[in-house]
Amino acid sequence: MSSEPLLEMRQVNAHYGAVHALVDVNLAINQGELVCLLGGNASGKSTTLKTLLGMLKPTSGEVVLNGEVVNDKPTSYRVSQGVTMVPENRRLFKRLTVRENLDLGAYLRVDARQIAGDMERVFELFPRVKERLNQKAGTLSGGEQQMVAIGRALMSDPKVLLMDEPSMGLAPALVQQNFELIQQIHETGMTVFMVEQNANMALSIADRGWVLQTGRVVLDDTAQNLLAHPELQASYLGTAK
Amino acid sequence: MSAPRVDGLPQQHGSPTQQMPLVAPRSAFAHDWTRIARMGSIAAFGQVFIALSNMPVRLDERLIIKPVLSLGYLVLLILPFAAGYRQGHQIRREGVPTYSPGLNEVVGGFLCGALAGAGLSLLTILLTHFDLRDPLVNWSPMLLNLLSFDNSSWFGGVIWLAIGAAMGTAGGLLRLVGPTSRRATITIVLAVTGAAVLESVVVDLAEGLGLEPLTDRLYHRRGGINWNSALGLAGLCGLLAVTGQGRLRQAKSFHAQLQGKQRTQANGGLIILTATLLIVLPLFLGKLTNELLANVGLFVLLALGLNIVVGLAGILDLGYVAFFAVGSYTAAVLTSATSSRITPEIPWLAALIVVVILTGLVGLFIGAPVIRMRGDYLAIVTLGFGEIIRLLFLSDWLSGWFGGAQGFTKIPAAGIFGLTEVDGTDPRRVFYLVLAFCALAIYVSWRLERSRLGRAWMAVREDETVAEAMGINTVNIKLLAFVVGAMLGSLSGAIFAAKVGSVFPSSFQILVSIVILVVVIFGGMGNIVGVIAGAAVLIGVLGGPKQPGLLAEFAEFKLLIYGALLIWMMLAKPEGLIPNVRRTRELHHHEMAQDAWLQGQPPRR
Repeated sequence: MSSEPLLEMRQVNAHYGAVHALVDVNLAINQGELVCLLGGNASGKSTTLKTLLGMLKPTSGEVVLNGEVVNDKPTSYRVSQGVTMVPENRRLFKRLTVRENLDLGAYLRVDARQIAGDMERVFELFPRVKERLNQKAGTLSGGEQQMVAIGRALMSDPKVLLMDEPSMGLAPALVQQNFELIQQIHETGMTVFMVEQNANMALSIADRGWVLQTGRVVLDDTAQNLLAHPELQASYLGTAK
Repeated sequence: MSAPRVDGLPQQHGSPTQQMPLVAPRSAFAHDWTRIARMGSIAAFGQVFIALSNMPVRLDERLIIKPVLSLGYLVLLILPFAAGYRQGHQIRREGVPTYSPGLNEVVGGFLCGALAGAGLSLLTILLTHFDLRDPLVNWSPMLLNLLSFDNSSWFGGVIWLAIGAAMGTAGGLLRLVGPTSRRATITIVLAVTGAAVLESVVVDLAEGLGLEPLTDRLYHRRGGINWNSALGLAGLCGLLAVTGQGRLRQAKSFHAQLQGKQRTQANGGLIILTATLLIVLPLFLGKLTNELLANVGLFVLLALGLNIVVGLAGILDLGYVAFFAVGSYTAAVLTSATSSRITPEIPWLAALIVVVILTGLVGLFIGAPVIRMRGDYLAIVTLGFGEIIRLLFLSDWLSGWFGGAQGFTKIPAAGIFGLTEVDGTDPRRVFYLVLAFCALAIYVSWRLERSRLGRAWMAVREDETVAEAMGINTVNIKLLAFVVGAMLGSLSGAIFAAKVGSVFPSSFQILVSIVILVVVIFGGMGNIVGVIAGAAVLIGVLGGPKQPGLLAEFAEFKLLIYGALLIWMMLAKPEGLIPNVRRTRELHHHEMAQDAWLQGQPPRR
């Protein structure tokens, strides 16, 4: 593990009005890791993502990106510094073409040559995307949309990829394919932080994980230990019924 | 019901397990009675509504074909015909052969039309025998005379029944005949009514071109097409429709096939052709028609501005008139001598710069608090701000600045570099001025749509949260759309002030906002050509909030027709008159998927 985490949450509290959504959350994502945040509904997973991305301001605590406290920085700054998100349910810009979607991923970048290079890299990863370049994103199949969604995120030249429920709303076969995609991305050296309900699947590819329950981190361990953890087995994996 | 009908989405997913005949050819006289009854009664209600809205009486003076048909009677013929045509309509599916129409259509049309006619018959008889003056405010002897053909009410009733049945049968027949005859018929009907309705423009243009003998022959002295010329025109148009059949489609598909450079050249050619026409044509047109064109231009300018806000950035702004008002008032205050507070007066072109900047600032000022809201809330707040601006101009508090209810008069003509003076007395000059600014607005819209900024706007329109996650500063981007829209709208306002020579708060009612929005929606959101077409049809033909259109007779029914058109549009062509390709695909996607399912194909990937 490198000495300094890439992205970190220190004692973060977040509120929606009176609702205390995150309670003293500590997370550290290191360079090159594939980590996952598990939790049921309303456990604060999406809130964590929003806070990391700057769409929600923490009431206390610090969000640290590359050693810099970014609490007061807007989303655009954090994206420019290498955080990017693949949203839940893919959420492509459906009426725009695949190319426009990819271009929007690189919205904050100016160097046309580097952008073109990154687009080529996306095509290498997902040759299917290149075939669909001028098609409207909404007309693609679920699996292709997932590729474009990841490609769009990669276009911002990120250091860390945040993935919001990558298995959400996909057929079982596609879920499998999707996790393979994530692993593939991770093998290129990308740091990946994914938020999942599908604990089994997520832990099978992750290095480490956290379990979130009503806004608190209740477990923080390696993936193998988590998979074996009796409490987690009971509550998420459903094997101890 | 013996004919199986396919309605709505399939209940189960996947391909149909057994290939049953989904649309069986209907055997003779096996009618879909519910459909006929529904269509017929809708038409009947429509007929009664039209009659009671007093439209026929008001439009009776406008003759279409001398001496047979007036516009008043024409509006009563449309519905039975449409019902007769529609009842034979089955769901059209792409690629799946449908049944072939037969005698059923005619009989169904007859029944539908008769039902529609019966509504009017009943009304005629009721009106005569009962005193319904109290609830029905439009009851008048004129209406009764019109409905009973200056005869007894029973006579009128029978005639309406017959007319309804005849029109319905004609509608049914139209479905029966081949596509060529159908096209010819539609062309003839549209051409004859069009020529009659557009009489003033045609005469105006003919005078300009020195073709009066032709129009003298075509039109009667007191309006309306002569009976025999109508026949001649019909024959000519029918011939053209048959011989020219498919030419337009050929040209279209030819254009669609063009690639790259050729396509650019073709588009360039089309643009140059349109521009030349727009520049040359007004020279041959008279005052009234030019006035009309100028009004259309003003609304095109406004609609292009709103199109950036609504069509590109997806911000539903219901108070757009505010920027039109601010533009007008700023121009008025700066150029008019009656404004005591700001002296000296500056020339119009110089004022225009101030107008644009100031309106942009007002857009920023209004937009800043509003833009943080989303969806419905935003729409309602913009509606409020639109009214606030008007009330400020109206208020006594600011009457020292803006003249209160009296507004401003004596706004001087707009001088263009000392070359020419543009004011309302010469609408042709106004039109050219508007045309120049429209060209500018079109260019700006066109460039913006294809820019990084335009893409960001579309991203915000599609999904604001994800757009934010892409690093787009959504608040600033939306605010920018608001400001750019405001600036374009202010141009129209400044020209409006110089054209009319006076501004009053009453010119900036909420209705203006709504009309502009209707133009944008009707024409096709997010599409420049569509917006222009929408303005031409709605403002040019029906007229603006206060500006008369070609159908000046329809003035008091304008809102009724706007509403009806909008409803029809949402049902039949939700993507607008000239749709944006993106929207078409989105809105009709499920239909295509359904068609594929019916054909037993797997859903398209």
